[in-house]
Amino acid sequence: MPETPNMNYINELSAGSEEFKQKIITIMKKEFPEEKKEFLTNYNNQVFLKTAENVHKLKHKIGMLGLENGYRVAIDFEDELKQHNSQLFQEFMLILNSIENFLKTI
Amino acid sequence: MNCIIIDDEEMARAIIQQLCSQVDQLKVLEEFSNAIQAIKFLNSTTVDLIFLDIHMPDFTGFDFIQTLKNPPKIILTTSDKNFALEAFEYECIVDYLVKPITLPRFLKAIQKAESTPDINPQDQSESETTGISSGENDLYINIDRRLIKIDIPTILVIEAKGDYILLKTEKQNYTVHSTLKKIEEKLPDDLFLKVHRSYVINTKKIIDIEDNSVLIKKDVIPVSRSKRPELMKRLNLL
Repeated sequence: MPETPNMNYINELSAGSEEFKQKIITIMKKEFPEEKKEFLTNYNNQVFLKTAENVHKLKHKIGMLGLENGYRVAIDFEDELKQHNSQLFQEFMLILNSIENFLKTI
Repeated sequence: MNCIIIDDEEMARAIIQQLCSQVDQLKVLEEFSNAIQAIKFLNSTTVDLIFLDIHMPDFTGFDFIQTLKNPPKIILTTSDKNFALEAFEYECIVDYLVKPITLPRFLKAIQKAESTPDINPQDQSESETTGISSGENDLYINIDRRLIKIDIPTILVIEAKGDYILLKTEKQNYTVHSTLKKIEEKLPDDLFLKVHRSYVINTKKIIDIEDNSVLIKKDVIPVSRSKRPELMKRLNLL
């Protein structure tokens, strides 16, 4: 069964602070679509190193949303892109899409 | 402890702020989205601890550390485990946190920072013992169009490598496009000696000497037969 994003890490970190939780959600909703868009632009233009940098940034959010397997895929994909290889693209896109859907629900 | 946060990601800064808010003895003075702003701030304010992201555009965390003459304690924050080895080449780095950072791991890092003695006072006294007056201790080297300040007494050895020199300091190694002759002219005679056509050494850093070699930190440096008398003259022999 594929893993799904969750708020466990953010809830734990918030230590009951609703203000902090909302702040993180707001930043996440603002930054994630921008970072995904930039990632796709660089990927489509085959600018591998820039794409690797985009994956690096997205990796933090993937980890924050509890996607442990997704985090490992992101590490491998980032390394792969630095070698001008992009075999994990489809798998990485599935992770991004699941985050995108999750962000609509919170 | 007074601290600052340097990270280009707003999310990461917010998380470290939140983690700091859960530790009574930590006071966040300021947060910065780039290292240049932080350098300006540090010119006028002393801090005990810096949370520093390595992976930032234009000016990385390591670039930032190299600009600081007396860096405070630093906790690196990164999403990349690959920098761990490089990180521990710097005395000022007390811990290395991989994002996403959890509270238990953060607390462990703070404990480490608290239990690590300050390194700066010791550094200063070491500089004083060299007898070089303040202001003459610095050497600027050009790397990737940036001028990096090197504290001359911390230089261990300089090795010729074709059109380049490898400059080894207590904290880090640098490859610079220059010659041994050029750098020799910039270094004080009482500290540095060319012991071989490919090596200039800091004589204060010698650990031991054998017939035709000296040990500096972990490096065995060859000594030419013709240079040995001069080297022996420099030593305070019993």
